[in-house]
Amino acid sequence: MSLDAATVRRVANLARLRLDETEVEKLQAEINGILGWIEQLQAVDTEGVEPMAGGSPVAGNLRWRQDAVTDGGQADAVLRNAPDREGEYFGVPKVVE
Amino acid sequence: MMRPTDYTIAGGLRALERREISAVELTEAYVKAIEAHNPRLNAYITVTAEQALAEAGASDARRAKGEAGALEGIPLGIKDLFCTAGTRTTAASRILGEFVPPYESTVSGNLKRDGAVFLGKLNLDEFAMGSSNTTSAFGPVENPWSRANDPTKRLVPGGSSGGSAAAVAARMAMGATATDTGGSIRQPAAFCGIAGIKPTYGRCSRWGIVAFASSLDQAGPVARNVEDCAILLRSMAGFDPKDSTSADLPVPDFQAACTRSVKGLRIGVPAEYTMPGLAPEIEALWQQGLAWLKDAGAEIVPISLPHTKYALPTYYVVAPAEASSNLARYDGVRFGLRSAERDSDLRDLYERTRAAGFGAEVRRRIMIGTYVLSAGYYDAYYLKAQKVRALIARDFTAAWERVDAIVTPATPTAAFPMDERQDDPVTMYLNDVFTVTANLAGLPGIAVPAGLDGQGLPLGLQVIGKAFDEETVFAVGSALERAANFTAKPQVMA
Repeated sequence: MSLDAATVRRVANLARLRLDETEVEKLQAEINGILGWIEQLQAVDTEGVEPMAGGSPVAGNLRWRQDAVTDGGQADAVLRNAPDREGEYFGVPKVVE
Repeated sequence: MMRPTDYTIAGGLRALERREISAVELTEAYVKAIEAHNPRLNAYITVTAEQALAEAGASDARRAKGEAGALEGIPLGIKDLFCTAGTRTTAASRILGEFVPPYESTVSGNLKRDGAVFLGKLNLDEFAMGSSNTTSAFGPVENPWSRANDPTKRLVPGGSSGGSAAAVAARMAMGATATDTGGSIRQPAAFCGIAGIKPTYGRCSRWGIVAFASSLDQAGPVARNVEDCAILLRSMAGFDPKDSTSADLPVPDFQAACTRSVKGLRIGVPAEYTMPGLAPEIEALWQQGLAWLKDAGAEIVPISLPHTKYALPTYYVVAPAEASSNLARYDGVRFGLRSAERDSDLRDLYERTRAAGFGAEVRRRIMIGTYVLSAGYYDAYYLKAQKVRALIARDFTAAWERVDAIVTPATPTAAFPMDERQDDPVTMYLNDVFTVTANLAGLPGIAVPAGLDGQGLPLGLQVIGKAFDEETVFAVGSALERAANFTAKPQVMA
């Protein structure tokens, strides 16, 4: 599978990355190089193999917790690093006309 | 005459206990070492000297009152991927801007609880993505070691924990925290002639560590020797209800495990790790390491890990996929950098912020990850990689029927010059060929300095162990360390 420039632009769009045209060309070459190398995975027989999700070497290790509020009421701490704020809210450009 | 920076952590703790030195004296010596060598090596992004001296004073007071913790008064560096309350945390990226966490990561909090003193935040590859510490937005780190025949050629310290490894090797910290997603503790430790362990996935809490690939990321220490790693890991590890993947298991006395005999242990040697491109000196060191273990009474057992060659391509699907998802949070709205024009709408704000904030390697991995997770390609790439990952883990499970630990080289080469291997991403990725399997299978692995190459650069061996059996890893690592008797020092050192 080889990516064309239009696909690179579409993926960048999905990832919300602004690219200029020279970057599209460079990334296209690099990504195709990496994907060509990854292609060797198709040679592995994985018939009937359960995909490994998560990193634990011991199966069934994940815990559930109570679905309960554990903290809150820390608006100032939450907003302290915000690039823009309006009172107790994050400030963003106008979204709805 | 013992200088303050000569102490190992174990030795420093004894000296502090006997009042031969104070935490303030130790910390002052390290602050001076940082002032002297950081301008060249660039191992620290942020130095918190004043805070460290104040913490050291408080530490001496606790010790005087008989309230000394397990790491009381030991000055450490913290990889700048661990959130530290009130101290800027960058992940070596522009996109985090002047982010100052309001909370402390569990691992760094555990070290503080035990009395450690923090000297500052250590450089790394941006978001821990790299094997040379050249992708940092705060400039590259230089390896304190150099080649005997070309001493002015600047070498990489490895990555992503390049700042951690360089700082410990150059004695700008007694030890340091690090993280390992594909080899980011073990490869820089090997390149800098120090020890570093990636514990079992789940041993250390990931809470408060800037996420790269959540199913692979694991914190661990780097230090001057195996015993110091054991001391640090015992403090760092432990169950944390804030990380759902944290293992609810007791933390063993890893330091005690360092003195265990390896007599009777079965040491596996995987046939597939003898691969083209392996430096002959590394192959020879590997054989030497096995001979040392045999002399110490271990049995050497040839084994097969048949899916080894697929580990790196599997990693380069799984890790970017998880990264693209984790890094979606950097949107210029809640924290970190914002880049927008006067007439930007929200989407334009996202796109401009992410283009301005992420470096080239991070952008590349976000693109790969987004692609392999996108509709129509998910099964062919991501699901396929998860299945191959299961087979890689299964290879190890089968091996544990026959052996207690596995010994391999840590890296395929010694440290390389800063201006090499930067053009082709795949060439750079090959650095992690021996380390990445342990991440995919979730297993513990340690790198131990074991010898020098013809240019006088350090080379490391790796010990991989069973899940949650770091004790055997420490025992075998210590046996290799004792036999190797590695005493060489880097050219740049306090």
